[in-house]
Amino acid sequence: MNVSVVLAAIMLISLVIYSLLGGADYGAGFWDLVCSGPRKQGQRDLIAKAIQPVWETNHIWLILLVVLMFSGFAPAFSAISVALAAPVFLILLGIVLRGSSYVFRAYFTGGVRTQLYWGKIFSISSSLTPLFLGIVIGAISIDNVRMNDGISENGFLRAWFHPFPLVVGVLSLSLFAYLSASYLTVETDDPALQNDFRNRALFSGFVSMLVAFATYVLAGNFALEIRNGLSRAPYVWLVEAGAAIAALVAFQALWSRSYSRARIAAAAQVGLIVIGWSLAQYPYLVRPKLTIFNSASPPNILVDIEIAVALGAVILIPSLVLLLLIFKRDGKSISASVDKRCLKLSPAENSYDACPNF
Amino acid sequence: MDNLLAARSQMGMSLAFHIIFATIGVSLPLMMTIAEWRWRSTDDPAYLLLANRWAKGTTILFAVGAVSGTVLSFELGLLWPWFMQYAGAVIGMPFPLEGFAFFTEAIFLGIYLYGWNLVPGWFHLLSGFIVTISGVLSTVFVTLVNGWMNTPTGFDMVAGKFANIHPFVAMLNPAGIPEAVHMVLAAYTAAGFATAGIHGWLLLRRGRNRFDEVAIGIALLVGGVAVLVQGVSGDAVARMVAARQPMKLASLEGQFHTETGASLRIGGIPFPDERETKYAIEIPHGLSLLGFHKYNALIKGLDQESQSDWPNVRIVHICFQIMVGCGSLLSLFALAGGWLAWRKRPLTKHTRFIKALVLVSPLGFVALEAGWIP
Repeated sequence: MNVSVVLAAIMLISLVIYSLLGGADYGAGFWDLVCSGPRKQGQRDLIAKAIQPVWETNHIWLILLVVLMFSGFAPAFSAISVALAAPVFLILLGIVLRGSSYVFRAYFTGGVRTQLYWGKIFSISSSLTPLFLGIVIGAISIDNVRMNDGISENGFLRAWFHPFPLVVGVLSLSLFAYLSASYLTVETDDPALQNDFRNRALFSGFVSMLVAFATYVLAGNFALEIRNGLSRAPYVWLVEAGAAIAALVAFQALWSRSYSRARIAAAAQVGLIVIGWSLAQYPYLVRPKLTIFNSASPPNILVDIEIAVALGAVILIPSLVLLLLIFKRDGKSISASVDKRCLKLSPAENSYDACPNF
Repeated sequence: MDNLLAARSQMGMSLAFHIIFATIGVSLPLMMTIAEWRWRSTDDPAYLLLANRWAKGTTILFAVGAVSGTVLSFELGLLWPWFMQYAGAVIGMPFPLEGFAFFTEAIFLGIYLYGWNLVPGWFHLLSGFIVTISGVLSTVFVTLVNGWMNTPTGFDMVAGKFANIHPFVAMLNPAGIPEAVHMVLAAYTAAGFATAGIHGWLLLRRGRNRFDEVAIGIALLVGGVAVLVQGVSGDAVARMVAARQPMKLASLEGQFHTETGASLRIGGIPFPDERETKYAIEIPHGLSLLGFHKYNALIKGLDQESQSDWPNVRIVHICFQIMVGCGSLLSLFALAGGWLAWRKRPLTKHTRFIKALVLVSPLGFVALEAGWIP
C-alpha cells in the first residue's frame, strides 16, 4: 500500500477519534451554555464531572493531527495556515479560552461570581470552536483555497466565508452537541438528568439531520466534487448506509431509553459521517490542487513518521483503553474502594482538600 | 516594526510564556510523586496534603501548557509557512513523538488526579511516575527541534532544496541531546528553587509547620540535585558549542579576536564597534580549557565573520553571563544547604538560610529566560 495513503489513514483515524471524544467535550460545553430548568446546577455538575478526567487527552488528538500534517504533508499545512488563517486563529482562541477557563473554573475557590464568569467563557468558547473547525473542513472541501507562490488568491476572507463552509460549521456543532448529549445520558444514574439529556440528544440529532440535508443540497451548488465523491464508488455508499442505520438505531435507543446502546450508535453515526466525508474528499487534502500524493514529503520520511506513530501507538492504545475503562465504564459506582488512609486526615490539620474525590 | 521582526517577537513571546508553564508543568509531577511516595512509606499526612496540592498545580499548568503548546504548533504554520513547507519534512519527526509523550502525560495525569479511589495505591503512584517520565520526554523531543536549528543535520542541500532527508538523523542532531538534558535539568532547577522559595516565604509568615517543612525538603532536593548535575551538563553543552558552533561561542563569550589559550571573561560589556569586551574579570586560558579541555586550544573569534552577520553581541553575552551567574550562585546555595542538612539539624530551623532561600529562589527562572533569549 502507498505510504501516503497509510499516513492519510492515520490522520483520518485521529480526526475520527478527535471528533468522537474531543468533539463531545465541545458539545458538553455547548450544553453547559444552554443549561436550563430546575436541574440546571445538576446538569452543569454532570457535564463538569464527565469531561474532567479526559478532556486534555481528547484534545491531544488534534495536536497529533496537526503535527502529522506538517511533517507529512507540509504544503497542505502551509496552504491551510495562510488561506484559512482567520478561522484557524479563531479555533486557537477558542481552544485557549476553553481550556484555561475550564481549569480556572474548576480550581477557583474564591467568589461564586468569578466562577460563573469563567464558566460563561468556557461554554461560549466551547460552542464557537466546533463552528470554526467545521468551517475549515468545509473550506478545504470546495475550490476556494488557492495558493499561488505563498499568496492566497482569495485573500483571508473569501477563502472560507462562503455558504458551504459556514453550513458545515453549523453541522459540526450540531453533531458534537448530539454526540455529547447521547454520552451524558450514560454518565449519571439520576433518571431525571438522564431524561434531560435524552431529550436534548433527540432534539439536536433531529437538527443535525436537517443541517446535513442542507449541506447536501448546498454541495450541489458549491461543492459538486464532494457531492460526486459521495455517490462515486460503492464503498462510499456502504459508509453512508452504515451512518443512516446507526442514526436509526441511535434514535430508537434514545427513544426507548437504552442509553448504552444509544451512546455506541451515536458514536458510530458521527464516525461514519467523518469517514464518508474523507472518502469523498480522497485523494485531496486541500481542494482544488493539493492531494495526499502531490503534497507528501519523500517516501522515506513518511515511512519514518509511520514507524514513530507505530511505536507511539504501542504505548498509547493500552493507556487510552485503561483511561476509558477507569472513568467511562457503564454504571460504575464512584465509591468503589476508598483508600482508607485518606480518612485519617482531620480538618485540624488544614487538610480539607486532601483526597478530593469522596 | 517590520513584519519579520513582528513575527519573530510574537513567536519569542509565545515561547517565553510557554517555557514558564511548561517548566513548572514538567517539574511538579516529580515533586508530587516523591511526596506521594513519602506518604505511602511514612504515613505522614503532611506528604499526602502536599501531593494533592502539587497535583492541583500540575493540572492547571498542564492545561495551560497544552493549550499554549497547541498555539505554538499552529503558529509554526501561521507565521513561518515557507519555512515549514520545506523544513517540516526534515525536522517534523520529534513532533509526533512529543504528541505521544503528551498523550501518556494527559492520560496518566487524569488517572492520578481523579483516580485516587478508583485504582490501587501502587498503580496510583506508578501513574504519577509515568506523568513525570512523559513530561521529561516531551521536553526532550521539543528541545531536539531547537538542537536541529543550531546544528542542522540529516539532509543535503541540492540546488537550494532539501534532499536525502533522514528525519531520525535530523532528530538526533549533535546539539540535540546535550541541549535536551540541559533543558530538563534547568526546568527542575527553576521550578525546584521557586517552589522551595514560596514555601520558605510561607514558613516565615506562618511559623514552623510540618507542611511547609516537607515541601521545602522535597523541592530543595529536586532543585539542588538538578543544579549540581547541571554543572556537568553545562560543560557538555559548552564543548559541543565550541566544536560545532564556534561563532556562537564567540558571541556568548564576547570573544572578538581569534586566539590560542583564550581567557574566560566573567562579566564585562562587549563593544562591537571597538571589537573589545571591557570591564570583565579575565581568567587566563579559561575559555580554551572549558571549550576543549586543553590549555592552549584555538578559540575562533567573531573576526571570522563579517560584522553584518553578527548577532547582537552585547545582549547575547550579558544574558549568557546572567545565566551562568545564577546557575553558579544556586549551585553554591545547594552545597551550603547540603552541608547544613549534613549537620543533622532541620534546615528549617536556620531562619537565615530560609530567608536567603526566598531571596535566591527566582534565580532559576531568571537563568532559564536569560538562557532562552540568545
